[in-house]
Amino acid sequence: MSLPPFQTFLDAHRETVFRYLVAMIGPDDAEDAFQETFISAMRAYPRLRPDSNLRAWALTIANRKAIDTIRARKRRAVPVEEVPEVAVRDGRPEDHDVWASARDLPASQREALLFRFAADLPYSDVAVALGTSEDAARQRVSEGIRTLRKALKA
Amino acid sequence: MRNIEKALAQSLPADASRVLAERFAARADDEGLIDVAYTVEDSPVGPLLLASTKRGLVELGFDGDERLDLYLTTLSAKLSPRVLEAPARLDPVRRELDEYFSGKRQGFDVPLDWTLTHGFTQRILRATAKVPYGQVSTYRQMATKAGNAKAVRAAGNALGANPIPIVVPCHRILRTGGSLGGYGGGPERKEFLLRLEGFLE
Repeated sequence: MSLPPFQTFLDAHRETVFRYLVAMIGPDDAEDAFQETFISAMRAYPRLRPDSNLRAWALTIANRKAIDTIRARKRRAVPVEEVPEVAVRDGRPEDHDVWASARDLPASQREALLFRFAADLPYSDVAVALGTSEDAARQRVSEGIRTLRKALKA
Repeated sequence: MRNIEKALAQSLPADASRVLAERFAARADDEGLIDVAYTVEDSPVGPLLLASTKRGLVELGFDGDERLDLYLTTLSAKLSPRVLEAPARLDPVRRELDEYFSGKRQGFDVPLDWTLTHGFTQRILRATAKVPYGQVSTYRQMATKAGNAKAVRAAGNALGANPIPIVVPCHRILRTGGSLGGYGGGPERKEFLLRLEGFLE
């Protein structure tokens, strides 16, 4: 068993990575972070073990790039409220609000929600991407949803 | 809870990453990260896979659309998994092929990467690369040039395994006695190329 060609890896996971990044840092910064994610991935790719969970690996890198972006914003002292809003496919305002509110969650819950719903990962992969057990991943997602529900009602 | 989950899943645009992935190829090339660049190009003999390393053209494959996965998997395993669709890197090859198919070019100048072949096979193919446009040679003559006049069958096998057909013109090698012999891309393509070059009427 060997690694798939990088193009196959890119095609299989680009959408997941981009959705994740848009939800995490907004569409404008997501474009740069997308490039940085796959550049880093391609650099490390030949040394990757062929039996790796490639989607979780891609998202782990994407997560690191998103955190870099958020840190860079903080250094520039841009208030979080001015972060570009997420793209809305059909313009329904409630969807828009959901991700905007998700950005205010504690990081661990937000990442869990993003992996699960923006990236559409099964819990087994959420666990790999977060570096936790599957149970812990489930718990973080449900905590995130609970916190989010409260925030939206408030 | 269901509604929140649904909203989270549905609020992002679909397939927005396609353009970004195409842009990525240029960036990866700038960073020197592409070990094998490829594209699929239409031609009079059907879609061709064209693949280049930093050294040069490493593979030209017939039926590049249907067999793409097979080609890419093999290149990835034999050369490097850093295989990326990067059409711009194949521009010189595409230009020369266009000129060849329109009758304006008789020889190829793009650098070749021979790493997919070894030993006797490579010697046969290097000798084949010197057979001029519009002319032909035989399996026996190629075997002799590669240093083993008796290895006629092996010469045939080596030509059948040519990873860079057309550019390394294995279609110009015929059976002793004049029958066309086999061709990796099928006998119709061999005939087409020999006709294009004016060897066949």
